[in-house]
Amino acid sequence: MTSFLPASANPSHPGGGLNAAATIVLVLIFLLVTVMGFMASRWRRGKDLESLDEWGLGGRSFGTWITWFLLGGDLYTAYTFVAVPAAMFSAGAVSGFFAVPYTIVLYPIIFFFMSRMWSVSHRHGYVTAGDFVRGRYGSRELSLAISLTGFVATLPYIALQLVGIQAVLEVAGVGGKGNWVANDAPLFVAFLVLAAYTYTSGLRAPAIIAFVKDILIYLVIIIAVIYLPTKVGGWHHIFDAVHAKSESTAPADATFSDTVGPKAQWAYVTLAFGSAMALFMYPHSITAVLSSKSRNTIRKNASMLPAYSFVLALLALLGWVAIAAGTKPIGLNGKANPQLVVPQLFEDQFPSWFAGVAFAAIAIGALVPAAIMSIAAANTFTRNIYKEWLRPNATVKEEAQVSKLTSLVVKIFALVFVLAMDKQNAINLQLLGGIWILQTFPAIVIGLYTRWLHRWALLAGWAVSMVYGTWKAYEVASPATKHFGGSLSNIPVIGQLGYIAFTAVILNVLVAVVLTFALNALKVPAGTDETVVADYFVEAGDPRIDADYDPTDFDTGELAGPTQAKADPA
Amino acid sequence: MAQHKFPDTAPPADRRLQVLAGICLLLPMIALVPVGWYSRTTPRLGAFPFFIWYQMALVIFCVICTSIAYVLVQKARPHVPFQAAEETTTDGGEA
Repeated sequence: MTSFLPASANPSHPGGGLNAAATIVLVLIFLLVTVMGFMASRWRRGKDLESLDEWGLGGRSFGTWITWFLLGGDLYTAYTFVAVPAAMFSAGAVSGFFAVPYTIVLYPIIFFFMSRMWSVSHRHGYVTAGDFVRGRYGSRELSLAISLTGFVATLPYIALQLVGIQAVLEVAGVGGKGNWVANDAPLFVAFLVLAAYTYTSGLRAPAIIAFVKDILIYLVIIIAVIYLPTKVGGWHHIFDAVHAKSESTAPADATFSDTVGPKAQWAYVTLAFGSAMALFMYPHSITAVLSSKSRNTIRKNASMLPAYSFVLALLALLGWVAIAAGTKPIGLNGKANPQLVVPQLFEDQFPSWFAGVAFAAIAIGALVPAAIMSIAAANTFTRNIYKEWLRPNATVKEEAQVSKLTSLVVKIFALVFVLAMDKQNAINLQLLGGIWILQTFPAIVIGLYTRWLHRWALLAGWAVSMVYGTWKAYEVASPATKHFGGSLSNIPVIGQLGYIAFTAVILNVLVAVVLTFALNALKVPAGTDETVVADYFVEAGDPRIDADYDPTDFDTGELAGPTQAKADPA
Repeated sequence: MAQHKFPDTAPPADRRLQVLAGICLLLPMIALVPVGWYSRTTPRLGAFPFFIWYQMALVIFCVICTSIAYVLVQKARPHVPFQAAEETTTDGGEA
């Protein structure tokens, strides 16, 4: 129907100076969210915020809806809104649309694993994946490896959220073209606000703001998907334009394709499965899962969350709408930057006040995950590095205090990262982070089902695959950089291009299995397992073990308490 | 410090329903594997190439499958309230 309308896309005007109306709307919505963020500390409040359970997990009290928004806020980040359409725009289906199968694979995975994770964490009061690994395998070293991986992999992810905000600000024309102080001041302000309310309100702040974020995102995307195609000449015209672009690039170098070519099929599938498996290993996903109030909430969510995937697919297509609209994503520095394509598309085609709403949606879409990520990274640091290795006697209050401070440090790091380094670095390090985080999968997920794998074998598998993954990623060159230019490399044996993380995790499991046989034959102690089978099935009302967090138990090999902690017979 | 009455056994479950739920969860994943088959433009749905609408349809299929799996899993293993070993006292304060 819409294809009969004349194509009347507005011409693209990149770098057209300050868009006043859009900026005002953006600032107003930002202020509203800030107030909500600070008020969140009083919402569903427990005794006080002076514990990790309260500050870092929102009192473990979130029901189905809040968890839904929180997980949605967690998984669909500003970077998703910016980078997925950007990839569709510049590289086509393989690196862009794989996000859709990736989120399809994601939810069955949550369904399988995360209810067990919730139960055992509820029973033993675990806050992080490192806590679980420590209790399950009785291994401080393995726990440290898992925690460090999670912590380090999260940092560039937070930085990417700021890159997302920066993209919006750049298109809105905020920030002078002069010295770097004027240039980066708006980002600095956004960052300060984020840091302040995360510090005071903990996980409750992003949980509340996630509502606003999602309403805005849905609103913007639905309007964009209905309105923009009619504006640029209909979906037929869009897909034709994309196909024409696909045909015009030489198949030899295949820089853009509207389908998945024969050479990229392994890449497409391994990217989807690898990313989905990786996503739930990130500390911030575990945090969102553990903050829900019951085991059932997790599963209910896993069956409802795919609604987001549909929006994601539409969003990805906006990258192709931009092709038909002739959007020119050119940064303030005059260079082409595909990351700007969606904000630029909105600025070109929408009235400026609505472009402001869209910008706000993206900016807030960055704040929510950035807050959750920094909280999760802080929890991981506090529990599994600070308390485990530095100050075993830290009180609950001290834990919360350290966590709050760490959340600030983590964000400062992200800010420095974005301001000081090339943006390409943030993207590449995020890809590397994905490769790293997937290497915690065997210890965590296989550990949820069986204690069979030996703790030292898992540690060795982790180490080998980390080195392999980093080395392979280092070797990948792209037009922009010599090293860490992407996340695809040849899969040994199969000889096809695939996601490095996926190859590495298979290597990881192989090493772990082989070494488990060896270590068991040598009768190396397997460590104490403080969990029992029944722990993996408890529900909200069931009692918790008030286990004292006492690392010395593991060193002496003594059981943590007389009634619990029993080595798994397997 | 309450320990389970039967710490080393999972609550009873209907195996068949569990397998069925597992199949429900696996189906959408399996449907994504044959990229070579669905990576084409025809048949179109409206203007949408097959590659796009097939995967968007899979999202809906995935919702249906996980929802069915949710119901099945609830039925397969109804929650057994916590049974404490021996005395159901409050914790003894040791450890």
